[in-house]
Amino acid sequence: MIDIIHQYWQAYLFWDGSAPSGLIITLWLLVASLAIGFVLALPLSIARASGNRFVSRSVWLFTYVFRGTPLYVQLLLIYTGFYTLDFVRSHASLESFFRSGMNCALFAFALNTCAYTTEIFAGAIRTVERGEIEAARAYGMSVFTRYRRIILPAALRRALPAYSNEVILMLHATTLAFTATVPDLLKVARDINAQTYQPLPAFGLAALIYLSVSFLLIWLFRKAEHRWLAFLRPRQNES
Amino acid sequence: MLLKGYGPLILTGALQTIALALLSLVVSILLGVIGAFAKRSGQPLLRYPATLYTTLIRGVPDLVLMLLLFYSFQIGLNHLTDTLEINAIDLNPFITGVLTLGFIYGAYFTETFRGALLSVSRGQLEAGFAYGMSGLQIFRRILFAQIMRFALPGIANNWQVLVKATALVSIIGLYDLVKAAQEAGRATLEPFGFMALAALIYLLLTTLSNFALSWLERRYTFDKPQPQRARL
Repeated sequence: MIDIIHQYWQAYLFWDGSAPSGLIITLWLLVASLAIGFVLALPLSIARASGNRFVSRSVWLFTYVFRGTPLYVQLLLIYTGFYTLDFVRSHASLESFFRSGMNCALFAFALNTCAYTTEIFAGAIRTVERGEIEAARAYGMSVFTRYRRIILPAALRRALPAYSNEVILMLHATTLAFTATVPDLLKVARDINAQTYQPLPAFGLAALIYLSVSFLLIWLFRKAEHRWLAFLRPRQNES
Repeated sequence: MLLKGYGPLILTGALQTIALALLSLVVSILLGVIGAFAKRSGQPLLRYPATLYTTLIRGVPDLVLMLLLFYSFQIGLNHLTDTLEINAIDLNPFITGVLTLGFIYGAYFTETFRGALLSVSRGQLEAGFAYGMSGLQIFRRILFAQIMRFALPGIANNWQVLVKATALVSIIGLYDLVKAAQEAGRATLEPFGFMALAALIYLLLTTLSNFALSWLERRYTFDKPQPQRARL
């Protein structure tokens, strides 16, 4: 185990001799797909929580399909399937985009996390106090201002615990990227296993790194909850 | 011919997936019940391994655990057969998939059942003991229906995740729906169509599970809200 660490620690963390690899790629996949998913989920969740049945149902169709099918199937669809479509073949920019494994992986992960995040945020928007929204209306706030100052801050705070769960699950999901030839942490572990025939150290080290990142993320979210959900803590000094 | 003769292959794959999911469910529920009682027990010798179990599995990705267990078992088995000087046994990916998925989701079910156990009020258990009921009778008459009621949303959720996780077992070689769709797509040069078909079948499985689970939830809900009756 020690010699594996000694020989391969760079590959696990950031560099495998010719390109970035390992933890840094995993973290990049995680952050990039979460960011894209988050940004897309904001308008989608507002639409999903809207009273208009047509709008809500359209977004529901998107989230139902992406939450009801495995991420692996979605990734394979995009990585092996899209490239063969005539529509993609005929546009040079699309063709070069879907040729890269990293792009396909990011595309699939971003859509998937967007679907889950949309549902989380839509649920949170529905729990915002009616009274606050009515007061915002009474003050004459426009729709945009209402959402910006009252509804979204309240909803996003309440969504924090569920979103932290989603972030951890997304970390687990990035392990699928190796099937699209992205050199992430799990791919490095598999390669080392193939070279050394020692699965326990090879995968065990990867497991330890994932565990550490999970604990770090949980700690970060606990800090965030401490700050942003402070108003939900039980009152301490009743004077 | 729409499926270009690959219909039976896809169907076999789908049945493998369903069988894998159901068997893994059984194993993980068993492990979940054991784990839940272990976590609640007074003995630290039971509690600490159970806590380690759930923390480890929720912190490490499924695929990493699956590959770790698959390759380790295979190599361990090879060492064993070498020292015993018998022929090498190849691990069946189906059994490995069932055991691995069962092991992983056993941790999630442990948390679900632990929450459900906590929700049953202590007084009922004490009343059962006071009446002189044996442990099994208490479980059958008092605990079971209430655990079902509290645990059903968790079970439903874990089942949905488990069905989707069965797609990962194709990576360790099981000939399930995903692998069948990949092979068919590769052979007919229509990977998009077959993968989309696989996605639709998964969607169908999810929808059917939703119906079955909401029927179960309605059956085990004992506190139906009474409609407001007008005062006469």
